[in-house]
Amino acid sequence: MLDKIGIAKRIAQELKDRYFVNLGIGIPTLVANYIPQGIDVEFQSENGVLGMGPFPFEGDEDADIINAGKQTITTLPGASFFDSALSFGMIRGQHVDLTILGAMEVSENGDIANWKIPGKMVKGMGGAMDLVASAENIIVAMMHVNKAGESKILKKCTLPLTGVGCVKKVVTELAVMEITSKGFKLLERAPGVTVEHIIASTEANLIIEGEIPEMIIG
Amino acid sequence: MINKRVNNVQDALQGIENGMTVMLGGFGLCGIPENCIAELVKKETTDLTCISNNAGVDDFGLGLLLQKRQIKKMISSYVGENAEFERQMLSGELEVDLIPQGTLAERCRAAQAGIPAFFTPAGYGTEVAAGKEVREFNGKMHIMEHAFNADFAIVKAWKGDTAGNLIFKGTARNFNPCMSGAAKITVAEVEELVEAGTLDPNQIHIPGIFVQRIFQGEKYEKRIEQRTVRERK
Repeated sequence: MLDKIGIAKRIAQELKDRYFVNLGIGIPTLVANYIPQGIDVEFQSENGVLGMGPFPFEGDEDADIINAGKQTITTLPGASFFDSALSFGMIRGQHVDLTILGAMEVSENGDIANWKIPGKMVKGMGGAMDLVASAENIIVAMMHVNKAGESKILKKCTLPLTGVGCVKKVVTELAVMEITSKGFKLLERAPGVTVEHIIASTEANLIIEGEIPEMIIG
Repeated sequence: MINKRVNNVQDALQGIENGMTVMLGGFGLCGIPENCIAELVKKETTDLTCISNNAGVDDFGLGLLLQKRQIKKMISSYVGENAEFERQMLSGELEVDLIPQGTLAERCRAAQAGIPAFFTPAGYGTEVAAGKEVREFNGKMHIMEHAFNADFAIVKAWKGDTAGNLIFKGTARNFNPCMSGAAKITVAEVEELVEAGTLDPNQIHIPGIFVQRIFQGEKYEKRIEQRTVRERK
C-alpha cells in the first residue's frame, strides 16, 4: 500500500518532457518533488504564475509571490506572471497539458466530485471546475476508500459533481486505474497489494486483463 | 494628460453607497486593496455585494467588512479561510454565490471588454449550470455566463502614475487587471504613485483609460496567509 508520497512518486512518472502542468492542493503538490530526471516541465498555478519553483529560503518570503494554495513560493528562470483571466485562458484554451488534482469521488464514466459535501461547510470550487472542464489530460490523486472503509471509486458519484466525463487516470494508495469508454481498467497494483484487495475496495466494476503488474516506485 | 489622481482614500471612495455592488481585486490576501477596505470599514457602508475571489480571513481583508456585517452578498470562488464568514453563511445572514474561478475572472474581463455574455465549459453538468443556457460547440458542452454589472471596481497595483496607468508585481496581479474598467468607476490604490511620463509605456499592464481615480496607499501590511519556506543548506 502506498502512502501520500508514494502516490505522488507514482504520478510523477506520468510527467512527460515539455509538459505544462497544473498541480492541485494536497498530494498533487508533492508531485513537484519527484520530477523524473532528464525531462523539462513547467508548473502553472492558476493565481497567475508559470514556472513555479520551490518554497523560498527562510527570510526570502515575498507576500506578493504565492501559489494557488496561498503558500509563499519562488519562481524559476523563464517564469512569468499574468492575470487571472489570462491564467484561465491558458487552462480553458488547453495550453496546460496535464492537471493533477485530488477528489472525494470518481465514477467509471470519468465524473469527479471534489468540492462540496451537502450539510457541511462549502468552501467553494476555486479553479477546479475550470480545470476539469478544460484539460485534455486529468489525473486524480486520491485515497481508494474513505475513513469508514467505503469505496470512493464508484459506478456513479453520490456527491455534487465538479465535472463530467473528464478524468483519465486515477492513482490511489492501492492501484493505478485508467478510465476507458467501458469503465475503470486496472493497470497496476501498489506494492504488496493483491488484485482481490483492490476489487474488494472498489464499488465500481474493474476491467482486469491478464496479469496486473506491481507499480515500480523509485 | 488626463489627471486621475485624487488626494486620499476618502476622495477615492466618494460615491460608494449602501447596497452597491463592488468588485475587489486580490487572491487570498495577496494584492488586496488594503487601504480602501480599511476606509470602507470606517465609512460603515452596508448591504454591499462584493465580487472578490476570496473573502479574506477573520481579521484582515474582506473579513474586516464581514465582522461589521457590511456585506450582504459575496460572489467568490473559494471562501475557506474565514470562520466569521462560515457563521454568517450558515445562519443565513450572508448570501453567497460560489462560482468557478475562471468564470469569475472572465465575467470581470467581459464587463471590462464590453462582452455581455460568453460560453464556458466550466461547470457544465454540475449545479453551477442550473438554469443556464447550454450549447454545444465543437462537440463539447458549454454554459452561458454573463458579464458582471458592478458600481465600483477597487484594485491594487504596485506602481501607478497620475494618468492612471498601472503596473502589478508578482502574483499580486491576479484579478486586479481584469477588474480594472469592469465597473462604472474604477479606483486604483498603488504602493507608489509617480508623475505621468515616469513609467515606461512599454511596461504598463493596465492603461489609464480603465482607471478613474488613483492614489498612493498610506501603508501596506501585505499579510502572508501560508508562510512556507525551505531550509538553507
